[in-house]
Amino acid sequence: MPDISPLLTGHLPAATAAYWPGGYWGHWAFYTTALITFALLMVMGAIYIERRLLGRMQSRLGPNRTGPFGLLQPVADALKVLIKEDIIPQPADRLVHWLAPVVAFVPVVMIFAVVPFQKGALLADLNIGILYVVAVSSLTTVGIFMAGWGSSNKYSLLGAMRNVAAVVSYEIPLVLSILGVVLIAGSLSLNEIVLAQDIPFIFLQPMGFLLFFMAACAEINRSPFDLMEADSEIVAGFHTEYSGMKFAMFYLVEYAEAIAMSAIISVLFLGGWRGPLLPPWLWFVIKVFAVFGFMVWTRATFPRVRIDQLMAFAWKFLLPLSLINLFVTAIQVLTIPDAPWLVFIINTAVMILLVIIWSGLFKVGWGRVEV
Amino acid sequence: MKFEHFGLGLLKGMTVTFRHIFRHPTVNQYPYQRLNVSRRIRGNELVWDKKRCTGCATCAKACPQGAIEIVTGANPVENRYEVRTYRVDTGYCIQCGLCVESCPYDAIFMGYAYERAKYRRRDLVQENDTLLESKERPKSGYFHPEVAAGLPAQTLLVEKIVERKD
Repeated sequence: MPDISPLLTGHLPAATAAYWPGGYWGHWAFYTTALITFALLMVMGAIYIERRLLGRMQSRLGPNRTGPFGLLQPVADALKVLIKEDIIPQPADRLVHWLAPVVAFVPVVMIFAVVPFQKGALLADLNIGILYVVAVSSLTTVGIFMAGWGSSNKYSLLGAMRNVAAVVSYEIPLVLSILGVVLIAGSLSLNEIVLAQDIPFIFLQPMGFLLFFMAACAEINRSPFDLMEADSEIVAGFHTEYSGMKFAMFYLVEYAEAIAMSAIISVLFLGGWRGPLLPPWLWFVIKVFAVFGFMVWTRATFPRVRIDQLMAFAWKFLLPLSLINLFVTAIQVLTIPDAPWLVFIINTAVMILLVIIWSGLFKVGWGRVEV
Repeated sequence: MKFEHFGLGLLKGMTVTFRHIFRHPTVNQYPYQRLNVSRRIRGNELVWDKKRCTGCATCAKACPQGAIEIVTGANPVENRYEVRTYRVDTGYCIQCGLCVESCPYDAIFMGYAYERAKYRRRDLVQENDTLLESKERPKSGYFHPEVAAGLPAQTLLVEKIVERKD
């Protein structure tokens, strides 16, 4: 049992494993356990927040029967889904069908390995952390495509194909909008990026934040880009044929992805664990839930886009804007590296101007119909 | 230049959903909260006034379902014509209210209660004294404004709902 007192007091030694009781493996065991627990707990919190907040935004109450304020609703859901029958369709590819939830789930948990919770409090301080996140997070798509293929259901396959199309397209603006942050911070390590944020990068990179948020929403298939599980068109997409524990895994993946992306956004743009008064890890959790709440807000507001609109949005809006953003940021880093507020003003102006110019291309009916 | 085409529409939509967070939820948590129903509700059961009923069977003729059965006969002891059985199969009743409207003596009313479901089909067939007005089976104001005047006003979902105390 490792000594967790430095974690509670907030004075952690460096992430290097040598300082830890139990050495390298003690460090590894503690953080692995802690991260999986953290991911599962955050998912339960996320499910609760999503259902309650969505309910209030739609003039409903949301679940409020189980426990105080319905706090035990995720527990009840989990128990229900655990004791349900596990059905595999007769024509399904059994091995792929069985393997898909695992393949989808593992990369999502792996994202948390490089997310810093405090100064130096992370499983692996990779010097290419953000590259690792980008690489690992898109692996989930493989699991989802396996689910769509293994179910032997045309709507599942359709949903999975849409997901692959979305991820392939949105990966590019996602990475390009990260690069602005990387340029300013001068490092790919998430720990270093947080340490570089004396001013949260959302001020220095407002457009980067906007583009990353939209691309991340599309990447993890949050509404309004939730085409792959569009209830009204293709039932539930890739997890139509899943029930019981496997369905629970996909449900977990959906929310763990959202939480992971919220964590990445809060690390890259909102200053990660940095904040006054409260302990760092609490700041981090608050920021993650704030970003997630913003995702719920957009989900409650916007209607779902069509697949052609999804593609057009990625290639005609996000890609050029993220390239321009990268170009502008690169010039700023070279010319005015020590004037953050000037950068803030310039970048905000550039963002407003570009969004207004580019959104002129996205009228209702592509400008053919005046409404 | 309409800024709705330039991203302002999205922001407008987001303000709408944000304002909804602070709005009263238009939800009735039914068994724990309940609304006052319309005073003219056509509820589950009929309420029969034994004293006013003459056994003319106008209601039975008006009933499109044939759910009302009346047996009348002479009472030689008291020397009068009386209703021996007034039987309603509420399982057949479609709550159309035609019997109430047709009654020339105002002897039959729609029920105000709406939670009168039964576990057995045979319980749906009610006759004679079970049809009388009681505390559980008040009269509805349907077709009878004088009854409606004595009932509480209907509450709407948009009004604040008070939690039931039990």
